[in-house]
Amino acid sequence: MTDLRGSAPAHHAAASEEGLDAHLVVERGTFRLDVALRVAPGEVVALLGPNGAGKTTALRALAGLTPLTGGRLRLDGTALERTPPESRPVGVVFQDYLLFPHLSALDNVAFGPRCRGASKAAARATAAEWLDRLGLAAHAGSRPRRLSGGQAQRVAVARALATRPRLLLLDEPLAALDARTRLEVRAQLRRHLAEFEAVAVLVTHDPLDAMVLADRLVVVEDGRVVQEGVPSDIARHPRTDYIAQLVGLNLYRGEAQGHVVRLGAGPSVTTTEALSGPVFVAFPPSSVTLYRDRPTGVSARNLWRCEVVGVETHGDRIRADLTGELPLVADLTTVGAAELELHPGATVWATVKATQTHAYPV
Amino acid sequence: MTPTDDRSGAAVLAGGPAPRSVRKGRGGRGVPLPLLVPALIGLAFLVVPLLALLVRAPWRSLPDLLTSAEVWQALRLSLVCATAATAVSLVVGVPLAWLLARVEFPGRGLVRALVTLPLVLPPVVGGVALLMALGRNGIVGKWLDAWFGVTLPFTTAGVVVAEAFVAMPFLVISVEGTLRAADPRYEEAAATLGASRFTAFRRVTLPLIAPGIAAGAVLAWARALGEFGATITFAGNFPGSTQTMPLAVYLALQSDPEAAVALSLVLLAVSVAVLAGLRDRWMRAA
Repeated sequence: MTDLRGSAPAHHAAASEEGLDAHLVVERGTFRLDVALRVAPGEVVALLGPNGAGKTTALRALAGLTPLTGGRLRLDGTALERTPPESRPVGVVFQDYLLFPHLSALDNVAFGPRCRGASKAAARATAAEWLDRLGLAAHAGSRPRRLSGGQAQRVAVARALATRPRLLLLDEPLAALDARTRLEVRAQLRRHLAEFEAVAVLVTHDPLDAMVLADRLVVVEDGRVVQEGVPSDIARHPRTDYIAQLVGLNLYRGEAQGHVVRLGAGPSVTTTEALSGPVFVAFPPSSVTLYRDRPTGVSARNLWRCEVVGVETHGDRIRADLTGELPLVADLTTVGAAELELHPGATVWATVKATQTHAYPV
Repeated sequence: MTPTDDRSGAAVLAGGPAPRSVRKGRGGRGVPLPLLVPALIGLAFLVVPLLALLVRAPWRSLPDLLTSAEVWQALRLSLVCATAATAVSLVVGVPLAWLLARVEFPGRGLVRALVTLPLVLPPVVGGVALLMALGRNGIVGKWLDAWFGVTLPFTTAGVVVAEAFVAMPFLVISVEGTLRAADPRYEEAAATLGASRFTAFRRVTLPLIAPGIAAGAVLAWARALGEFGATITFAGNFPGSTQTMPLAVYLALQSDPEAAVALSLVLLAVSVAVLAGLRDRWMRAA
């Protein structure tokens, strides 16, 4: 575990008193969770992994709902191992939200402040403020079952934030939403997480959610951390085949004007969606086609001149790490890679069809 | 079960389009006779006695019989005692159900069995047991008498005790079942928001299981209303203080059978009213 912590960025190790410093050990039958986490205030970390990897157990251990069998848990310098959940400065957004069905949205959000000693009126005022901030003022009186999925998710976020937690935990925050709502809610959640000044840890099995929402990914498999780092690094140098498959995504931030997204001062990407304003653009490495020479007969849109940085084998596929006009990763078959004679320093032309790229509002 | 459900069930058995098969219902695809005949006998067995009660009811003298002071006294006592017994059951039974459903402790299975025992115990045995415990010379009653001057046997309070003893298990079992079916993660969500276990129970669990508590309370109330054996053993049969409706019915049957039928009709009416009141929220959920 020490080596994993050592591999975390230096500023996390330096700010040891502030933020989260946890080594979570939970043993249950044959399953053993052993995960070290260091998260600085203001940082958003995503625990990413397949079902049954222990992500949710880790989250429950952080919240105090599952007791630790070993390790330690410190938040802003205070040991929390023995603190019961109701006394921890922790807010949780549960996967299916668990909004109290018999209370209005307002009373759901007021529940936390009320339990932490606020008067009824003060708790309700705080709750109204949070609902307003999340754009839910009009739904304050609604019962959870009258709320849409996206609204319920925001009420759950408001309820978790209303106790002013020092650690915000989100369990698959977008999993219960349909594809359309998901985009919208993901963008909103990203904004709220960016504003959140304390530690945020989210659990997800969706790499796109993780990459969009989190500053840093911690990939968990079989109860252990197999890799951690910023999303682009993990996509570039996946340590296991599973991660290569999971985090295989080229993700960029840019400014959209219709179908064209300009990435900073550099190149632009043509996408399926017509949007405007700040967006994310993503496409999978398998959608990238490489050519040795500038291809003729291919439209010049989404065509970039790149240089090979490295080539790694993952299962039956080769992942090429490219820099140049647009830094990206591309997956090829072994045969394709041999034909292209990919080697570090080689120049290639990369192209991706607009239909394979997707843009999401930030 | 609603009538619609019955029809669809019959359609499944008949294995064909519902209206035709059910109406024709003969041959291999109909309802087999070895099942149909005992089923109808069973139905008749349950319904005929109730019909007999209606047929033999002294309808003409009914108003006089039911407006007598004795009947009102017994009915009032029955309602008051059954309601008090239900209240007692709620106050201690709901926490007991919570303990059984939510807290792991050694011997939980045994405790649950002990709680359920009065369900199957002959009520007379319950009455004798109560006398041994709370009677003047009972292991607890002795001290109640010596310290507080409280005697329970052969008092109205004794009726409540006897009824609660018999009725509370119905409530506990019902509420425990509801608690087990309720998602305990709501309590966890409350805990992460700063609620102590008691606050979570009071503000989250209790409202969520309210329908189950109501159903259990009605069951317990109906059981308490009809309680006979434990009551007559522990509290006796004194008009005005311990003679509840079932005791009055039994007594009347020996002296004035017409009055017994009239009193029975009152209890039948109360039962039907309870069932009708529960139909929507309870029968359909089950």
